[in-house]
Amino acid sequence: MNTFIKSVKEENQIIIIETNGYLNNEGGEAISAICYEKIKIGHHKFLINMAGTKVVNSIGVSILIEIIEKLQEVDGRIGYYNLAPIVVKTFNIMGLTKYSTVFTTEEEAVGTL
Amino acid sequence: MKKPTVELKLPILPNMELIATQTAEVIARHMNLTEEQSGEISMALIEACINAFEHSKTDANVFIHFLIEEDSLVMKVIDQGVGFDKTKVEIPKIENKIGKDERKRGWGLQLIQELMDSVEFESNSGGTTVTMKKNIKQ
Repeated sequence: MNTFIKSVKEENQIIIIETNGYLNNEGGEAISAICYEKIKIGHHKFLINMAGTKVVNSIGVSILIEIIEKLQEVDGRIGYYNLAPIVVKTFNIMGLTKYSTVFTTEEEAVGTL
Repeated sequence: MKKPTVELKLPILPNMELIATQTAEVIARHMNLTEEQSGEISMALIEACINAFEHSKTDANVFIHFLIEEDSLVMKVIDQGVGFDKTKVEIPKIENKIGKDERKRGWGLQLIQELMDSVEFESNSGGTTVTMKKNIKQ
């Protein structure tokens, strides 16, 4: 069982994925597998709670770019919250924040996405 | 007096870069670096290690040297691979990747250069050394 995904829940028609540990290629693929499965059944909004993910690499983050691309095809959106400062910086450098949103709290994220 | 150094030898195995980041965190605490600097150092190290693991095309170990200086931390990531030509590495842009066939990966060098104060690459057919420096903010 993949321990990177801590939980998956739905709130206000938003799928919220909570992660735990290193966002590498395996972590990215675990997130994308859930997103693609949910997109197939009509979900278009996703939030990732990264409170448990303090370390990422560019391969894992690149898989988030693939998810953003997939969501553009269905007019969907993705956002993130509880990010470590270095993860926010990495997202900024890679440009993810041009196509998706970093929120501070779950409340803000659910209310805004 | 000789500058203190820490040396690691990493086999090319999944997630070995995390050993480097754990060592970097200990050194960052020793040097009283800020949390921001510590995070930047760890992220740059991860990317340099992954590049060495993925692109050196060899099974030989990767060496990491941390040189603790009075006003900076210097990290060298040394592989014994086939080398690369930095001039052929394109600067990635997300606009060129989203909605296009271009591969989504290829961000390592860009991240390293953005996160560190100076970066040097020495590469030939016997291997690559990436030297990354973070200046200490007083």
